[in-house]
Amino acid sequence: MGRIRVITRLVARDLRRRRGEAVLMLITIMAASTTLTLGLILHGVTSQPYAQTRAATRGPDVVANVFPTGPGTGKGPTESNGVSARQLAALTTLDHAPGVTGHSGPYPVTWALLRAHGTTATAEVEGRDAAAASLDQPKLTQGSWVHPGEVVVERSFADALGIGAGDRMTLNGRSFRVAGVAVTAAFVPYPNVCFTGCIIKANETTTQPGLVWVTGATAHSLATTGGPLTYFLNLKLAHPGRADAFANANTTPSASAPFLTGWQDISQQDGNVVRNEELVMMVASWLLCLLAVASVAVLVAGRVADQIRRVGLLKAVGATPALVAAVFLAEYLVLALVAAAAGLIAGRLVAPLLTSPGAGLLGIAGAPPMSLSTVIVVACVALAVAAVATLLPAVRAARTSTVPALADAARPPRRHGWLVAISARLPVPLLLALRLAGRRPRRVLLSVFSVAVTVSGIVAVLIVHAHDDRRFGAASPLADPRIVRLNQVMTVFTVALVALAAVNALLITWAMVVDARRSSAVARALGATPGQVSAGLSGAQVLPALIGALLGIPGGFGLVSAIRHSAGSVITTPPIWWLAAVVLGTVVVVAALTAVPARIGARRSVAVVLQTD
Amino acid sequence: MRAILGRLEGRKVSETGSTAILRARELRKNYGKDDGLVRAVDGVDLEVAPGETVAVMGPSGCGKSTLLHLLGGLERPTAGEIWLAGRRTDQLGERSLAAMRRDGVGFVFQAFHLLDELTAVENVELPALLAGSSARGARRRAVDLLERIGLADRASYQPAALSGGQRQRVAIARALANEPLVVLADEPTGNLDSAATLDVLRLFDSLREAGQTLVVVTHDTRIAATADRMISMRDGAFVEETRLTGGTTGHLAALAGLDG
Repeated sequence: MGRIRVITRLVARDLRRRRGEAVLMLITIMAASTTLTLGLILHGVTSQPYAQTRAATRGPDVVANVFPTGPGTGKGPTESNGVSARQLAALTTLDHAPGVTGHSGPYPVTWALLRAHGTTATAEVEGRDAAAASLDQPKLTQGSWVHPGEVVVERSFADALGIGAGDRMTLNGRSFRVAGVAVTAAFVPYPNVCFTGCIIKANETTTQPGLVWVTGATAHSLATTGGPLTYFLNLKLAHPGRADAFANANTTPSASAPFLTGWQDISQQDGNVVRNEELVMMVASWLLCLLAVASVAVLVAGRVADQIRRVGLLKAVGATPALVAAVFLAEYLVLALVAAAAGLIAGRLVAPLLTSPGAGLLGIAGAPPMSLSTVIVVACVALAVAAVATLLPAVRAARTSTVPALADAARPPRRHGWLVAISARLPVPLLLALRLAGRRPRRVLLSVFSVAVTVSGIVAVLIVHAHDDRRFGAASPLADPRIVRLNQVMTVFTVALVALAAVNALLITWAMVVDARRSSAVARALGATPGQVSAGLSGAQVLPALIGALLGIPGGFGLVSAIRHSAGSVITTPPIWWLAAVVLGTVVVVAALTAVPARIGARRSVAVVLQTD
Repeated sequence: MRAILGRLEGRKVSETGSTAILRARELRKNYGKDDGLVRAVDGVDLEVAPGETVAVMGPSGCGKSTLLHLLGGLERPTAGEIWLAGRRTDQLGERSLAAMRRDGVGFVFQAFHLLDELTAVENVELPALLAGSSARGARRRAVDLLERIGLADRASYQPAALSGGQRQRVAIARALANEPLVVLADEPTGNLDSAATLDVLRLFDSLREAGQTLVVVTHDTRIAATADRMISMRDGAFVEETRLTGGTTGHLAALAGLDG
């Protein structure tokens, strides 16, 4: 009990004495905990919005459709009804298939050129009855259901177009009033409507099609040579859980045969909107955790170096090496636990902003649930960050001999003969920078690592941007909700990453300034100007930053490669000047960030430093 | 060291009409204010002639080290004037002060203040590198200085592998790297045993013979006995000045009882 009391007392006193550093450490670990919490909360919530939409719209278990296979598919002139009677018969016989307990449709579907608010887009137009269907009745979120001369627009498509109930639009040049806005579980929301199959009218628009409901008669009348009529049938099964198996069993490898899609596939495609965010948040949280390790390691090493005499005093009054290590470890583990708790709360508060599933789904109300496993994982990661960063300095402090510790003797710096020889041939600021950097190679490695992690994240974001620009084209008049949401998440992630890296750069520079105060003072006593010393201290950070930035470029490609590999897509290389700007910008930012602490360090009184050391 | 003498020959009389290489007038340095005011240096007047060795003595805390820091431009005076080689230095900016320390002054500290990660020769060549000398020229000069102080065989040793006396001799060689006008030594033997003290005293004596201007702050009478002039300091002010004949190393060793 006595030891625990001593440890508690020492930890409490030290935390109170160094509040600024404690707060900095809290913020660092909290940033990582928050993103980790968000990543974990997002994981698993992807299916919930679809389930709610499915329940609210009496969503089908299987959606079946047929497409025209004749000249109507664009290979030549054809009649407006592109689906043959035999195809339609094959589709309608599915409602008698074993295991089917109900159906709605078949509904006529065609494709039309839509114009609204000056924007041109392609619409997949489904003809529906004015009466409510027993299966797949889209849930209105605005206005009323379709009547002749009116349309209802799928919600995410309406959001992208910027239209709502009461507005007007044209389909193939015919004017319609927007009666309402609705969601459905039978189609994947804009811009993924084509998941269940569609015919895009080439060369007329650069956008992905969105879903519009009209009356059956209107759908028939809108069908044209370029947009032939097809049919969609909704099926209800006795065993909804076997929908995928039913779809597979009833789909034949023929272009004219009905194509069936189970609700599980639609649900999974729906979840992609949030799934990309989830992936980004998970990657972001791990990158931030790595940065947090670097930050905390620098903080702890700096504090331990500053507390050598305290270690000596503790040992002189009988503290064992284990007790000394325990004091250091306990202090940082307590901070890590507090930071984890704060991160969990912050993550829980922010999560609803990111987990709202998009306009195409009804979504879940309020904050998503936080599981016990999330709490445990976040707490463990925060503790691991603190433990990994603290272990080496704590053990080193514990092993410090009592007499040198009482004399407050700093750990002797490393010597690298080759570095000294090379630096002798360089201008004074570079000479000082190389020699200062060479004194503490571990700190330089942390600096390189920190910048490399940050630049990897930034390059990954640039690659994603370049990929999306190329995929969807800058000319697209409609905003892709997936890209908009992903960009928001990536912006938050980039800001967090850059902020933490900036804190790291400042911490590392300050640690170097403190560590090099005597050698800086000696250099000044021997004739180095404050500007040269300041440039040297700053340069000692800029050189690792340059290496880190260069390493971050392949790091970013590696990161995206790993993510894209799991997503099964290819990597788009951003323009070279983007990457060059990142490297140059990193070096400039690090130079600017380190200039202030370096300048403060270089202007300390030489006489005072040399007399006190 | 002959080069030092060469540089001093033909030195012009300063603007103040003095031939002193180093001159201070009404020099003051205060710390704190009101009730906490400490007059570390209180109205000191000093003139050091070229090639002269001046010893400043006094008890701990009398302001000796502060005076040395003021003369060398490591601290700025509260009031008064400092002139080095006819140029007023107390009003110089940081860059000019740094240039003055680089080219005009060599410091020797009680705690040596050698950089632990550098070898003896690398420590000695550092001031020349900071002054913009070529790497080869700086190394040649450093090796030459180490030979003169008898430590050529320790050139590649790091400070931790050297004895206290050897470290201080390396520090003195470093102070001479840029052929300074004045060497300012702050308790140079304060951390040394008797034998090492004798080594350093011999080195200072050879410097004096070579015409190097020296200002040594000490509370050790044996060191002061090597000087041309001994100034006693108390409470920040000079209280007594004694002109000495200046001792040879042998004379000094006999005086100090260290040659046996």
